[in-house]
Amino acid sequence: MRHLLSAGDLSRDEATLILDTAGELAQVGDRSVKKLPTLRGRTVVNLFYEDSTRTRTSFELAAKRLSADVINFSAKGSSVSKGESLKDTALTLQAMGADGVVIRHSASGAPHRLANWIDGSVLNAGDGTHEHPTQALLDAFTMRARLGRLEGLRVAVVGDILHSRVARSNVLLLTTLGAHVTVVAPPTLMPVSVHTWPCQVSYHLDEVLPESDVVMMLRVQAERMHDSFFPSVREYSRNYGLDRERLNRMPGDAIVMHPGPMVRGMEISAEVADSPRCTVTEQVANGVSLRMAVLYLLLGGS
Amino acid sequence: MPENQGTHLIRGARPLGEDPVDLLLEDGAITAIGPDLPIPDGAEVVDATGLIALPGLVDLHTHLREPGREDAETVASGSRAAAMGGYTAVHAMANTDPVADTAGVVEQVWRLGEEAGYCDVRPVGAVTVGLAGERLSEIGAMADSAARVRVFSDDGICVSDALLMRRALEYVKAFDGVIAQHAQEPRLTEGAQMNEGCVSDRLGLPGWPAVAEEAIIARDCLLAQHVGSRLHVCHVSTKGSVDIIRWAKERGCDVTAEVTPHHLILTDDLVESYDPVYKVNPPLRTAEDVQALREGLADGTIDIVATDHAPHPVEAKETEWSTAAMGMIGLETALGVVHKTMVETGLLTWDQVADRMSAAPARIGRVGGHGRELAVGEPANIVLYDPAAPVDVDAAAMAGKSGNTPFRGMNLPGRIIATFLRGVPTVLEGKIK
Amino acid sequence: MHARKPARDDNETGVPASVPEVPEGTRAVLDGNEINRALTRIAHEVLERTKGGQDVTLLGIPSRGVPLAERLARRIERVEDLDVPAGSLDITMYRDDLRLAPARALGRTEIPAGGLDDRVVVLVDDVLFSGRTVRAALDALGDLGRPRAVQLAVLVDRGHRELPIRADYVGKNLPTSLRESVTVQLEETDGLDAVLLGPSPSATLKEGTRPGSLQRSETTEGDT
Repeated sequence: MRHLLSAGDLSRDEATLILDTAGELAQVGDRSVKKLPTLRGRTVVNLFYEDSTRTRTSFELAAKRLSADVINFSAKGSSVSKGESLKDTALTLQAMGADGVVIRHSASGAPHRLANWIDGSVLNAGDGTHEHPTQALLDAFTMRARLGRLEGLRVAVVGDILHSRVARSNVLLLTTLGAHVTVVAPPTLMPVSVHTWPCQVSYHLDEVLPESDVVMMLRVQAERMHDSFFPSVREYSRNYGLDRERLNRMPGDAIVMHPGPMVRGMEISAEVADSPRCTVTEQVANGVSLRMAVLYLLLGGS
Repeated sequence: MPENQGTHLIRGARPLGEDPVDLLLEDGAITAIGPDLPIPDGAEVVDATGLIALPGLVDLHTHLREPGREDAETVASGSRAAAMGGYTAVHAMANTDPVADTAGVVEQVWRLGEEAGYCDVRPVGAVTVGLAGERLSEIGAMADSAARVRVFSDDGICVSDALLMRRALEYVKAFDGVIAQHAQEPRLTEGAQMNEGCVSDRLGLPGWPAVAEEAIIARDCLLAQHVGSRLHVCHVSTKGSVDIIRWAKERGCDVTAEVTPHHLILTDDLVESYDPVYKVNPPLRTAEDVQALREGLADGTIDIVATDHAPHPVEAKETEWSTAAMGMIGLETALGVVHKTMVETGLLTWDQVADRMSAAPARIGRVGGHGRELAVGEPANIVLYDPAAPVDVDAAAMAGKSGNTPFRGMNLPGRIIATFLRGVPTVLEGKIK
Repeated sequence: MHARKPARDDNETGVPASVPEVPEGTRAVLDGNEINRALTRIAHEVLERTKGGQDVTLLGIPSRGVPLAERLARRIERVEDLDVPAGSLDITMYRDDLRLAPARALGRTEIPAGGLDDRVVVLVDDVLFSGRTVRAALDALGDLGRPRAVQLAVLVDRGHRELPIRADYVGKNLPTSLRESVTVQLEETDGLDAVLLGPSPSATLKEGTRPGSLQRSETTEGDT
């Protein structure tokens, strides 16, 4: 595979290889020299059309730990903000000899387009409401690290499924890896064809909680309220927010995940966010190893 | 302007796919039809052995982009493309810049068509001023202008206000006009990027639900029947729309409908490439919809094929999906696509193709002298089509200014060999004159 | 991602693990007993050279260096009643030929508790050939700590060095031609113990005519 555009493109073997590789590379973060020479002389461009300090930093650190040269190309203050098209930007990066381009874009499918225009590898770091494959991979990595397996794991993904690239990538990847996913949301925040997805669908969080090994809470933008996706933040939070009481209804070893940034008081209470069963900071740490693995597997070979 | 105004003898063509005969074209009319006609002095002989002769095609839905977007298409370049596609008359849609909402603009477009001379260009007038959907444009003035506008449409935008739509339907009765509605409920399609369904959900692109089209069609059919006016539905794209129109016709509503070539063959899974060449409004739908549209066209529920030829410059399509322009060109490939989807499948005879692509659109648009029988005394508007000359569609070889064809690389079963506009060849031997 | 699967699938030389017969054109140069004797000798030599082995840490290079390091640790333990830390050091990320093949799966790196600082690290591998693996291992070690000394133990030294590297402990010196391949099989990874000498698999493609030639891909030979 030359690019990582969709979690759905990964076979079970490929996904497992990425997770295993990330597991080995996790050690690098504990060493005195947190650097490997593997991508010396290779150039990785972070092409970020959306602000995302967290994802950009994670990719940047991953690339630097592999000794790649990293260029941050953010849309603000560059030729992009002066109206340069994605294609012209791609040709520029191509001319600069970028071996890999990590792209974050508000338009679904922008990484697919980019892949048509450059020779290097394209890594989708989140495109519109489509996918965020490295997030799903690091989520799977975190689940496997915490719970020891993915096969048969019961994962509830809760929140704005309709607009969530994290949900799409997770449903595809976790299914490939043998987990059983249930998406939970009010019907207005479900895709219209969600029943054709390889997962269960529920409108009732309380019914799903006792049957879940993992509960992944997604950020819900309060603005959705203005488009009548739900009547009020309070009502959403009452039905779909994770608080202490709901946490107690989950199995004893079940974990709570969140791709961040969290909206405390909306989809997750502060108490739950700070509980040891919440893996948010582990997810961030694992993100670096996971992205190192992806960069290595895409750019490390011939 | 094509040069040869003289006499043409078409040898051995098969009118509507029937047995071969000769056709003599003189002074803009068909003057003789029969086997082995003698060659008059000075006549140019066109060998049409094996070719099908159809009446010149009439497109009820063409975007020629002039005035305003001459970088994408002009009346001249678009009418050349039309001629290459076998068309002798096209309707130029109103969404130009300035909008064709005054007699001045429609007369300008009409005159540009006359000057180009490749086909008759019939301007479509806007229903509302500036396509803004707020007040009626000067429909009467456009109808009475030199352009003799009979079709009115805000195409690209739906006349969603029910009261305004009622008024428009009523108003055009005075001069036998028709409102061609772009059926799209605006609130249900805010930000819509493609057909709403499995593919849009997977691709994370905001969906354009079928109901947004069907609800407007149902409403408009009821309105048209209530006020006793003519309604034409542009680019029908869903199975549900076909069902509603069938129902409306059964209960006596004077409604006609069109389907585009692309909706007869392409489906929304093509969007998986995120290649905006497949971005169009209404969007490509599902295989089930395609089948229903073919059946609707075959049984007459859908009256005509109209291209919705929508040229765009390269930069409007070489971009992210969501920022790309909607629309695809179709004049030069329409007949080939209809051949492939409707004739090769046994759904239509060539006789019926002539109805769906020439006679019926001319009737709906009240276009005189077009869509007539191939008979002595009729205007010599004729297309010669080789049904046994497969072509691979080449986007770079299009006669129009833009190459945004979704059929590029597709094999179509036949090609246009010649087009005659009132006896004058605009295309001969597959090349523009 | 066309990375190779870890460890086991490099058994591509056509030697099914459970079949003891050697493939046609291949001969066994060491059998199980001989391998055992060689390892026992190396264990004694390590104790001797390191003056009792007090500070020794054994690091096997995946894949077959790892079980060899573990065996050496057990032998030292039997001889001297000394618990020698043994771990593994994957050198994939330090290879100088990564770009010549699709990305490879990583082996395990397990540094024994206590780390490597001031230890006498004995690198263990199955075959010493060009010396490039050992070069990579030395680079990797440098990023992991600062051993007092680094030594090298190999089961087979087949010659054809491309770098100024030599082994401190050698099970068997095996003069070979570049057109030959050396295959080490171990109970832990292959189901039986043997060292085989045969024609290079797929003639020139795999090991090539030069140890450092471009087409080299992963084989059962430890040192490439």
